[in-house]
This record gives sequence, C-alpha cells and structure tokens, in this order.
Amino acid sequence: MVERRPILDFVSHAILLVGVAIVAFPVYLTFVASTHTATEIVQTPMPLLPGDQLVHNYLAALTGSEKGQGSGAPVGRMMWVSLVTALGISLGKIAISLLSAFAIVYFRFPFKQLVFWAIFVTLMLPVEVRIFPTYQVISDLHMLNSYAGLTVPLIASATATFLFRQFFLTVPDELVEAARVDGAGPMRFFKDVLVPLSATSIAALFVIQFIYGWNQYLWPLLVTTNESMYPVVIGIKRMIAGGDATQAWNLVMATAILAMLPPALVVVLMQKWFVKGLVDTEK
Amino acid sequence: MAIEKRVVFRSAWLPWLLIGPQAVVIGVFFFWPAAQAILQSVQQQDAFGTSTEWVGLANFERIFSDPSYLASFRTTAVFSLLVAVGGIAISLVLAIFADRVIRGALAYKTLLIWPYAVAPAVAGVLWLFMFAPSIGVVSYALRRAGFDWNHLLDANDAMALIVMAAVWKQISYNFLFFLAGLNSIPKSLIEAAAIDGARPWRRFWTIIFPLLSPTTFFLLVINIVYAFFDTFGIIDASTEGGPGKDTAVLVYKVYYDGFKALDLGGSAAQSVVLMLIVVTLTVLQFRFVEKKVNY
Repeated sequence: MVERRPILDFVSHAILLVGVAIVAFPVYLTFVASTHTATEIVQTPMPLLPGDQLVHNYLAALTGSEKGQGSGAPVGRMMWVSLVTALGISLGKIAISLLSAFAIVYFRFPFKQLVFWAIFVTLMLPVEVRIFPTYQVISDLHMLNSYAGLTVPLIASATATFLFRQFFLTVPDELVEAARVDGAGPMRFFKDVLVPLSATSIAALFVIQFIYGWNQYLWPLLVTTNESMYPVVIGIKRMIAGGDATQAWNLVMATAILAMLPPALVVVLMQKWFVKGLVDTEK
Repeated sequence: MAIEKRVVFRSAWLPWLLIGPQAVVIGVFFFWPAAQAILQSVQQQDAFGTSTEWVGLANFERIFSDPSYLASFRTTAVFSLLVAVGGIAISLVLAIFADRVIRGALAYKTLLIWPYAVAPAVAGVLWLFMFAPSIGVVSYALRRAGFDWNHLLDANDAMALIVMAAVWKQISYNFLFFLAGLNSIPKSLIEAAAIDGARPWRRFWTIIFPLLSPTTFFLLVINIVYAFFDTFGIIDASTEGGPGKDTAVLVYKVYYDGFKALDLGGSAAQSVVLMLIVVTLTVLQFRFVEKKVNY
C-alpha cells in the first residue's frame, strides 16, 4: 500500500479471517457431524468438536451398509457415477468445441454465419428453460438412467466453443502458412500445432467443466430413477426423506463431505487454471 | 484481433464434419426441445396425455392471472435482488482487504475461492443442517438468543435460509472477479491521490469504486442470472419451495408444475417466459457490459 497504516492492516487481516471463518463454518460443522453417531447429533446442541466415528461413518456411507430413512444407496457407487459424468461432460465438451471452433475459424463454408449464430443462441437456453421437452427427447431415445443421458445433453453449450474461437483468432497466421509450406493438411495442423498451443485454455476449461458436471442437480434429477445411476449430489438429497430428527445425519454429512472433496481438490490443486477459466469463459 | 483469419484451409466437406458433433447435439438437445416447449405452450393436453388441442395464448393468459405464478415472480425478484446485492457487497469488502494485504495473500485467496466447488444442492443441505429447527446448531443459538427460528413455518425464515446459502456459494466467484478488477486499476492513480492527501476511505469512494463499476455491473447481471437459474439445487435441497409455495422461484415452479403437477401446457408457457427473460439478460450482458469490462 502507499503508506503505512498499521491499524488498517490489522483490520484487514481481521476482516479476512472473519470472512474465511464464515466461509468455512458450514463445512466445519458438516465435518464434525460426520464424525459422530446419529444420536449425538440429534441431541441439541451438537458438540462442536469432532467425535470418534470418522472411520465407521465414512465406511458405512461408502458401502451403504446402514439404511437411514431415505435412500440408502452406497455412496461409493454414486461417486463413481459422478466421476464418469463429470469427466464425460468436461472431456466431451472440450473435444467437440475444439473441433467446432477450428472449423469456424479456419474454414470458409456456406452458412458459416448461420452456424455461428445457432451456436450462440444456445447460450440463451440453459437446461432450466427446456426441462420438460428435453426430458421427453431423452425418454424417446431410451437414454434414461444411462451415462449417455446424463452427459450428452450437457456437452454442447457454446461457452467452450467461443473460448477456443477467441483463442484461435490470436494464433498467428504465420504458423498456418508454415504448416502449409511443409505440406501439412488441416487436421495435421490441428493436431500438431493448434491443440498443443491451446493447452492452457483446455486446462482452464477442464476445471470449470469438471465442477459443472460434478455438481449437476436438476438434470440428473429428471433422467435417473434408478438408485444405481444417481450422482452423489442427487443421492444426498434423496437421503433426507423427510422430518429432520429421524435421519442418519451422520451418514448424510459424511456423504456431503465426500461429495465436496473431488471438485474442491480440483479447484485447489489447479487454482491457476481455475481462475483463468472463470475469467475467460465470462468474456 | 481479427474477426476472420486471413489464411484459411479449403475443403468442401471437412468443416461440416468438424462441426457435425456439436451441430447434432445442439439440434437434438437444444433446438428441438426449445421448439417443443414453444409448441406445448400453445397447446393443452388432457390429463392422460391422449389428446392435445390448440389453445393459442390461453395458457399464457392463465398463468399470468394465476396468483401463485405472480407470487413466484415476486419471490424470484426478491430472492435475486437479495442474493445479488448481498453477494456483491460481501465479496467487495473481502476483495478490497485481500488486495491490501501482502502476507498470506495466496492463503486467503485459496481459502476464499474453494466454495465455488460446492454443489448448490450440497450447499442447500449444509445450510439446512445448520438451521434445522430441531437439531441445527445455528437455530439452537438463535433460539437461545430469543429469536424463534423456524423456516418450515415462517416464509421469511425460509427466504433468509436460501438467500444465505446462495450468497455463501457465490462469494468466491464475485471475490475473484473483484480481485481481477482491483488488479487492473493503475497503482499510479492511487499513489497520486495519496500524494494529494486523500485518505484510504476517500480514495476508495472517489477512485476505486467508480473504476470498479464495469465489474460491479457485470457481476450484478451474472448474479441475477445465477439466482434465477443455478439455485434450483439449493432450493430443492433445503426448502423444496416451501413453506407452501413461499420460496418457489420461477425455475422451481416450472419443474414442479411440469413434473409433479403434470400441467404441461402451463409449465411450457412458464418455460417460454423464462426463455424470454434469459434472452433479455444475455443480450443486456453482451451489449452493455462486454464493451466496458477490461481485465
């Protein structure tokens, strides 16, 4: 800062610490709850320090060995479904958008403008405004309760295509000319030059899309009725079947912690790309 | 930055092959359902779905004269305003102080951005757990302080719950954008003001805040879109639109009317209205905001 103001520095740290505490508090409580037995939680107030049931609760949740009031599906299976969904959505989206952006930037073809605007329009149609008809399509294609049904409808939105398009436009033309002079065709150029250059954008987009895919709620809610195909986010909701004193809250909270771990890890470990991804996709 | 490349490849069939996958997916899963939604909004199905008849704008007239739909509009407006203003205010404060400190800056940043990774539905469950009238830790503390919290019965408590959960989740996003915005303000401006004798409070209001206004406006639009659409998970996991219909925002009502109440015509009409709202907000964002925001 421009001048020394120790009191303001102290206040800054204080406020930041309060902010961090508020942000962390719900998760801390959740973690504490996941380490107690259900009866300990229900006796208000719940103890604020962790208990001794950590291993037991997490094992029970992962294997679905204790049934609460609601759904008792094994969380291990649900985590797997979530993982496949999230990876499917992020990798699928990246692959499709790379190809489309490449076509739009590096080729001239009739109706190109129309295609471009068609892709743009999809930005204005989030799943929430077309839930019922999209559900009907999935149902007609017999894709309910399948990985395909969970992933394919979510992989074609325009943000990734625009991101890559922006990026490709900044790639110098000299590279294309050099590739041509060396006798490389378009796909060779794409594979050997463009994709390696896009590595940072791909990483950034991967982080955002993985989180997006993992945290999907409305869409899986509609297309899965079979417990073995629930992503973990849906599973948590289904566990809270009704009334708040009769749940196996310790298991629900353990499941919540498990559900939060993979995306949180991705954010923290790939923080640099996460920030880049957020800023880029909003432009 | 060029809009078109000078050098392009020539091929009659390759570009079509390349855009093929995306075109197929958006054709089947975007445009076809959107067209269906518009079609269904002007039709009426009987209870068993065996016949449909054209009813023109009757569905729209019906929903706009339905008090619970209008109430849903009001609920959504209140909700999004609270979430947007609350989220922006809190994140701005945190971003300003995070920008000031040098020691521990990375740690603070990491600790404040990870909630972005939490699923909205999980956030709903967490806050439900804290505020559950019988077993929640926070609701217990509130009752001890004399405040009778029950979001299962009191509409305002329920709204407060979903607002808090939604704001909590959004703090990291807003925080990051404010940090980026603050970083783009030239330090020389601030130093010049300091040399002229302006104290930090004055500097904030006359220099920093005005220069942040593109970011603030951008975040306002984003937060409103977020409150409209991405909060479905929070609401379904915590209040399920209750008590009664008091926290049923527009998106929730579309889901409920379509899948629980099986009112397809009404739900489709609501979807069309939502589509128009999204289009308006997106156009707003692209026309007025994109021009001014620099990073």
